[in-house]
Amino acid sequence: MMNRRRFLVLTAATLAAPRLGAAADEMQAAIRKLTGGAPLNPGRVTLELPPLSENGHVVPMRVAVASPMTQADHVRAIHVFTEKNPQPNVAGFRLGPRAGRAVVQTRVRLADTQSVIAIAEMSDGSFWSASAHVVVTLAACLEELPGS
Amino acid sequence: MRFAALIVVFLAAAAAADERRSGYDYMRAETRAMQDDELANPGMLAVMEGEGLWRRSGCAGCHQDMKGVATRYPSFDPGKGLLNLEQRINLCRTERQQAPALAYESRELVALTAFVASQSRGQPIQIFAHGESLERGKATFYRRQGQVNLACASCHEHNAGKRLAGNAIPQAHPTGYPLYRLEWQAVGSLQRRLRNCLAGIRAEAPTYGAPELVELEFFLMWRANGMRLETPAVRP
Amino acid sequence: MSSARISMPSQARRGEVIEVRTIVSHQMETGFRRTERGTAIARDIIQLFVCTYNGVEVFRAELHPAIAANPYIAFSTVATESGTLEFRWSGDNGFALTETATLQVA
Repeated sequence: MMNRRRFLVLTAATLAAPRLGAAADEMQAAIRKLTGGAPLNPGRVTLELPPLSENGHVVPMRVAVASPMTQADHVRAIHVFTEKNPQPNVAGFRLGPRAGRAVVQTRVRLADTQSVIAIAEMSDGSFWSASAHVVVTLAACLEELPGS
Repeated sequence: MRFAALIVVFLAAAAAADERRSGYDYMRAETRAMQDDELANPGMLAVMEGEGLWRRSGCAGCHQDMKGVATRYPSFDPGKGLLNLEQRINLCRTERQQAPALAYESRELVALTAFVASQSRGQPIQIFAHGESLERGKATFYRRQGQVNLACASCHEHNAGKRLAGNAIPQAHPTGYPLYRLEWQAVGSLQRRLRNCLAGIRAEAPTYGAPELVELEFFLMWRANGMRLETPAVRP
Repeated sequence: MSSARISMPSQARRGEVIEVRTIVSHQMETGFRRTERGTAIARDIIQLFVCTYNGVEVFRAELHPAIAANPYIAFSTVATESGTLEFRWSGDNGFALTETATLQVA
C-alpha cells in the first residue's frame, strides 16, 4: 500500500530511485579498490545472514574464515560489502595471528533485498569471498520521520 | 499419590487451555537470541543507563528494589487516577523529589522505566481489575477506527499468526515494555508502539499520557495477566 | 551519556583463544536520512573500534553507516599473558569512549 509517507520512508532508506542501479557498480568499484583487480577465490569464507530478515535496520551477521591463524598463514582482514545500500562499504575487520580464530560478528543495516559479500584478505595476499542473499521488507506500522 | 497425579493433570490441562502467546514466540530465531543474550540485548544498554540515573537521582533514598512493581502497572493512584509506570515515576519526581517531570519518550524516562521494569523480568503480570477504566480500554481495543477502519482486534485477535509486511502479527500482549524495537533502533514505551499502530491504521493518535492511551495499556496488561514480563524485550 | 558493555572470560589458559563480545550505545546516524521537509540529517557514526592487549593492538574494526545502531562487535583473541585489554570506540563529532577489562592468564 503506497502512500506519501511510505514513499518518503523508502526514499530515505535508499536515496533516490535512479541510484539503485548504480549501487551495484559502486560495490564492484569498492571491491576493485580493495583487491586491485586480483581474483576473488570462492571458499574458505562462511558468511551467515538470515535469508529473511526480521527488520532491515538490524540484521545479525557472522563471518568465519578457515585459517590456521599462524604467523605464516593467517587472515589479515575481513571486508564486507553490500550491493544496494546507498554506500557499498559495511565494515573492515583487521585480524592477524593474535586473533586466534578468524570469526567476527556484528549487526548490519540492509536498505533493500540484496546480496552481501564478505572478502577475506590473507597473509599471502590472496582474496577469498562468499556472498549471501537477504530478503528485506518494510515494517507494517511506521511512525513519522523526525520533524524539521 | 493419586491426588498428586490429579493435580498434575489439572495443571497440564489448564496450561494447555491458555492460547496466549508472547510476541517473542512469533519472532525469528536470531531475534529471540538477541533478546535472550544479556550482553547482546540492546535494551540492556537502556537498563544500565537507567540504573545510573536511579542512583544519581536519589531514588534509592526511598526505594530498595523494584521487584514486581512493573507487573502491577498501570494502576490506580488514590489522588491521580489511573497511572502507567512512566507517569508514576514522574509523579515521584515532581511530588516527592521536587524534580521536573521527564518528557515522554525522553532518553532519561525510557531508561528509568526500563530499569524499574527489568527488575520484574520473568515475573507474571498481576493486573486484577474491573471497572470503567478497564471497560473503556476494552472498548478502544474492539472499536474500528482510522481511515483503514480497523480495530486492534481485527489484526491482533482475528489475524494473529498471519503475516503483515515482513513480520508475523502477534497477539499484542505487552510482555516486554519498555522494549528495543528494531524498527526504532531504540528502546521505547508501550504508548510509543500503540501510537505507531494507530498511525498504521491512519487514525489520530492521542498525545502521550492521554487517558485513552493509559486505559488501552491497562486493558492490554489485564488481557495479558499471568504472562511473564520479558523487559527489556526485543521486537521487530 | 554513551555506555558500553564487554563480555569476556576473566581467566584463561595460556594460548587459549577467547571470545570477546562488546556492545556500545550509539545511534549510528547514517547521513542518508531526511526529515519530512527534506532536510538532510547529518551523519554521526562510530568509525573505529580498536582493542589493545597490554598496549598491543590485537583487533580493529572500521565501521560504516551500514553498521546497525548500538553496534555489537564480537571477535576472538589469544590469551597470551595476564594483563589489561583496552577497548576504544571513536567517531564523528569527537566521539570517544574507552573501556577496559582484565584477564588472568595461567
